[in-house]
Amino acid sequence: MNDEAPPVRARGLVKRYKEVLAVDNIDLNVNAGDVYGFLGPNGAGKTTTLRMALGLIMPTEGEVELFGRDPIRDGARALEGVAGFVEAPRFYPYLTARKNLELLAALDGAGARGRIDEVLDVVELSPRAQHRVGGYSHGMRQRLGIAAALLRKPKLLILDEPATGLDPAGMRDMRALIRRLADDGITVLLSSHQLPEVQELCDRVAIVDRGRVVYEGALTDLRRQGGAGYRLRTTDDTRALELLDGRPDVERPGRDEHGALHFQAQESDVGAVSLALGAAGIGILALTPELATLEDLFFRLTEGEVADGDRGKQAISAGNGAGARATTSNGSAPGEPLPTAAAIEGEAHRR
Amino acid sequence: MSAFEATPTLAPTGGARARTRRPSVLTVWRWELRKLVAQKRTYLGLGLAVAIPLIFVTVERLRGGHGGGHGDGSIFMSHITQSGLATPVLMLLFLSVFMLPLIAALVAGDIVAAEDGNGTLKTILTRSVDRGQVFAAKALAAMTYATVAVFCSAVVATVAGVASWGFHEVVTFSGSHVSAPEGLALVLAANVCYLIPLLTVTCIGLLLSTATRNSAASVVGTIGIVILLYIVSGIPGIEGIQPYLLTEQFENWHGLLRTPTDWAPIGHSAWVCALYAMPALIAAYLVFLRRDVAGG
Repeated sequence: MNDEAPPVRARGLVKRYKEVLAVDNIDLNVNAGDVYGFLGPNGAGKTTTLRMALGLIMPTEGEVELFGRDPIRDGARALEGVAGFVEAPRFYPYLTARKNLELLAALDGAGARGRIDEVLDVVELSPRAQHRVGGYSHGMRQRLGIAAALLRKPKLLILDEPATGLDPAGMRDMRALIRRLADDGITVLLSSHQLPEVQELCDRVAIVDRGRVVYEGALTDLRRQGGAGYRLRTTDDTRALELLDGRPDVERPGRDEHGALHFQAQESDVGAVSLALGAAGIGILALTPELATLEDLFFRLTEGEVADGDRGKQAISAGNGAGARATTSNGSAPGEPLPTAAAIEGEAHRR
Repeated sequence: MSAFEATPTLAPTGGARARTRRPSVLTVWRWELRKLVAQKRTYLGLGLAVAIPLIFVTVERLRGGHGGGHGDGSIFMSHITQSGLATPVLMLLFLSVFMLPLIAALVAGDIVAAEDGNGTLKTILTRSVDRGQVFAAKALAAMTYATVAVFCSAVVATVAGVASWGFHEVVTFSGSHVSAPEGLALVLAANVCYLIPLLTVTCIGLLLSTATRNSAASVVGTIGIVILLYIVSGIPGIEGIQPYLLTEQFENWHGLLRTPTDWAPIGHSAWVCALYAMPALIAAYLVFLRRDVAGG
């Protein structure tokens, strides 16, 4: 394991099942310490990508490296320091939880057996450790999946929909556990279509749709770029709206269903707007920035295209987000300027 | 505070990692055996291997051991009450045709496909063992099971036979008699020789299990191949290929129970079985190495 290499680096991953293109040229960059959300609707190619990352399926094209090692080329050595599960974690139902963990520890070597009690405590399954897994609930199996992953003392944890099928309390507990593992220094690659989960846990995301990454970068950048909106309350909303309407640096001024003013503008222009309002004798009672929710952005990125068939997809610009990357599926050449957030949003609205 | 937040924190993952010592094939094999031991299906096959000799001995005792039968087995059938050592020979004659191949296929056909279907294959393939190690362990486990089934049957038949009719000299296919200790050694050797074609059946089951990813299809397919070869061996006009059919090799051990000992069938069956087993095993290995594991 090369500690200097990024935990996950995928380049040009393609997976084709006969005529079905499940994954279409995906690049991923998960850095050490990331809690990286891998987002997408069902069937977008998330699980297939994770399977390739873990060496369970062969890429049709491209390569993926975990800490600099390719699971296909390097076999089990590539999984040193890596753990996780794809889809629901699976165990031998006729064995107890402890026996399952003993088996997996035997396959891990490196003293994993000595950590069984510890990981059972972490996921709170110690009291049920002697029960057969066949009698476990879905939530208990998910937790046992985490325990099995932790046996390996991972530096990278790959989790595919870990909260799926859990009740609200189970989901909350799972999030708390993931958060705590991340705080312990474990890099987490979390596949999910549960947006609140990603929004709460992740600092960087890749959004995948129809086998393609349509956004990769910091979650905050995505939210900032995708919806730099402001809510405004003034002493004279009617005149304020007229003023906003006439300004070139303000986009889409209007009122919401409650009559409150809102508009979109670059952060750097908001100062000029407030000065203009003051100069016009309009008092500002409140000027509140509003970031778009991940849900808004997700649907903008993934559903627009559904309605639009094969039309080239445009992704939200990474803007000034360091390391952020947006892609187009209409063949934009490398280095070609990517569309602005406003342009994208306009595109989404036109759709 | 969530429930997990109240739980202890994992020890830190550490900085520079010592080079981990990876488990050996033997470790994986031991766990394959433990999995087999934990499954009811395992005992179905072993139960059959043990029950049939017991039923046979019980029925023969009730009948008074009047013997009978025909073909190669008739000589042992007629001597069944004269030596308990005739029982394991007779049982091997009966079981070697279909029952033991079926028992071997039960595990060989299931050992990869079931794990693929249940999704546990992906669980073990994301640990610190290579696919080749997992395959080797599974192949060894399936072969171990077949071997255990053969010897369970032989031991039970011998014990039951000797308990019923004594430890006396035993007749051979040639009609001569050998001493009881020599007879016991021949029984052991006959079962060892029978393993050659039986492990070949196991390799075929393993290939089907790996390639089809379907337990039932693999078990039925393996037995189907055995039945097909029996049918082929009965087709008039193609007797020339009979010595090269796998099913013919099930009788390879008969030469041991002739006077003088005929080693030729054993040598012949060794290379004929290799012609079946090696391609099957290599193909299964290659399929296992390259296959996409997406089941479960």
